[in-house]
Amino acid sequence: MADVALRNVVKRFDEVDAVRDINLAILDKEFVVLVGPSGCGKSTTLRMIAGLEEVTSGDIAIGGEVVNDVPPKDRDIAMVFQNYALYPHMTVFENMSFGLKLRRVPKPEIRARVEKAAKILDIMELLERRPKQLSGGQRQRVAMGRAIVRNPKVFLFDEPLSNLDAKLRVQMRTEIKRVHQQVKTTTVYVTHDQVEAMTLADRVVVMNAGRIEQVGPPHDLYHRPKTRFVAGFIGSPAMNFLPARLEQNGAGLMLRLSQELLLPVPGGHAERYRSASGKDLIFGLRPEHITEPRGEGRNPNCEFTAVLDVVEPMGMETMVFFTINGTEICARVEPSAAGAPAQPMRLYANLNHMHLIDPATDLVL
Amino acid sequence: MTALVSAQPGLAVGASLKRNRRWALITSYVFLVLFAIFFLIPPYYMIITSLKTDAEVAHLATNPWIIANGPTLEQYRLLFTGTDFLIYFKNTIVVTLCVVAITMVVSVLAAFSLSRMRFWGSGILATGIFLTYLVPDTLLFIPLFQIVRGLGLLNSYWSMVLVYPTLTVPFCTWIMIGYFQSIPKELDEAALIDGAGHMQMLLKIFIPVALPGIIAATIFAFTVSWAAFVYPIAFLFSADQQVLTVGTVTSLIKADVYKWGMLMAGALVAAAPPLIVYAFLMDYYIAGLTAGATKG
Repeated sequence: MADVALRNVVKRFDEVDAVRDINLAILDKEFVVLVGPSGCGKSTTLRMIAGLEEVTSGDIAIGGEVVNDVPPKDRDIAMVFQNYALYPHMTVFENMSFGLKLRRVPKPEIRARVEKAAKILDIMELLERRPKQLSGGQRQRVAMGRAIVRNPKVFLFDEPLSNLDAKLRVQMRTEIKRVHQQVKTTTVYVTHDQVEAMTLADRVVVMNAGRIEQVGPPHDLYHRPKTRFVAGFIGSPAMNFLPARLEQNGAGLMLRLSQELLLPVPGGHAERYRSASGKDLIFGLRPEHITEPRGEGRNPNCEFTAVLDVVEPMGMETMVFFTINGTEICARVEPSAAGAPAQPMRLYANLNHMHLIDPATDLVL
Repeated sequence: MTALVSAQPGLAVGASLKRNRRWALITSYVFLVLFAIFFLIPPYYMIITSLKTDAEVAHLATNPWIIANGPTLEQYRLLFTGTDFLIYFKNTIVVTLCVVAITMVVSVLAAFSLSRMRFWGSGILATGIFLTYLVPDTLLFIPLFQIVRGLGLLNSYWSMVLVYPTLTVPFCTWIMIGYFQSIPKELDEAALIDGAGHMQMLLKIFIPVALPGIIAATIFAFTVSWAAFVYPIAFLFSADQQVLTVGTVTSLIKADVYKWGMLMAGALVAAAPPLIVYAFLMDYYIAGLTAGATKG
């Protein structure tokens, strides 16, 4: 059990900065997910923690000890790889016990530890099989088992579910969370799937272009994104963005989205945005906050009519798409209320959840 | 009616596919049989000749494709008792075993370091090793003669143990580099994290996983070493140091006298070990051990 600290960590490959000066403190027993698009530096960061990549500058500490020059085997970490990386010529038992054998753990203890991990992962009956006789999900369990038996200070997961089909991915996600609740080892998990990040993490680290955009609990990131990137990356379907302008209207503020569409900014937000009035901004609102008119205390002035382009029934809800000033907007409505394509539909924008972004800095105001 | 109409073209396509397949099979069999006959005629001729008496071989009127006077093992008896064939055989075994061992140790270690330990110039070195293989032994034997003489190993089969690896090591290293590179990088990373050093990684992960490649390289080293001709004919003179390839030829062809029966018997006996090695190792060779290492 240990905390992990990254201080001013930089990684440069030749002339490319893969990771640019990141600082991150991961607490003991915490489950932290690094999430971001391809090439954002999340895997490189994980590999630096593992010791598989050298740090160009800065420090990485595990359990308070700087490990920059400590080889991977002495960092007391275990890693689960995207493609499992099981030893093909060994049985499941041998795969799981390999690390313990190299560390000269006594045989009876090896057996006990492997069996304990196998029970946690429900792979007892697979112990004598070889990797090629296993399904993708089973291989992933064995890879996790190999990590668990070592009882390391830190678990590192590098996109462990990317190779699984959608159904199995959801199942294994729950499994990983259950295992973490049982063994409570500090975990750093890398994924490009924001749903995985939201469901698994105690804290999510959103990375982009080698930098950390925002760190916080999933709920925080979802409701209080600090940058346009985070606002757009977290949440599915993604947040709607629309060029907008704030206009003074007596004591209140109005949000102009198009020639015809002028919505009142809720009183609670007006103070916060007053200084931005008159500026060109980007307005952000999640699809779930554009609905058919519903709710008791809604402002009737926030209702508008749009001609639908596409209607996507999802079962529990229906996504409707329309355009404002040429920009496509997605709204999430009750299936019974959804209109038909090419037909007008009355919609309501709940501006209590609105975000305004300064296009010059991409920061959320 | 509609169903009938739409079914007709399907039927026609099915029938023509079947016919195509039959023709493809017939053609394959015809060529395979021709190919097999073409390559089996020489061994057949060798076996037949080795089972004849000298008199029958020399008799111009008899049919060379059959044994007219009954088969005899006389040629084999003479070969084993009347010539130094068994000495050549023993020398060849010693040389080949040593060469295979040296080759495999050197090339596995070289390939591992060239494919996995990133160091300055490793790419150029890997290409350089392959380039040395392109220099033929007919060019190399003259400078090598000087070296072997300098070492005092002229006319000793131990010189073969020294010079054959110049042929085998580059090629085997090249094969092994390819095999090692096909092993997913995550496998060494997993081993590194599990606590393996480079040597443990090589012995416990790379060699078992790359076994088909190692066996392919072993077969190659064995074949080259067993069948080499230029170096022994250049460096070995006396019968007690001679190896099979050159020994059989020099002792059984005296000026224009060819002892055909014994030559054929000797060639057959000499060809047996490579045949056995191939037959025994082929199963390993084909087994795809890397299946299941990663996704797929």
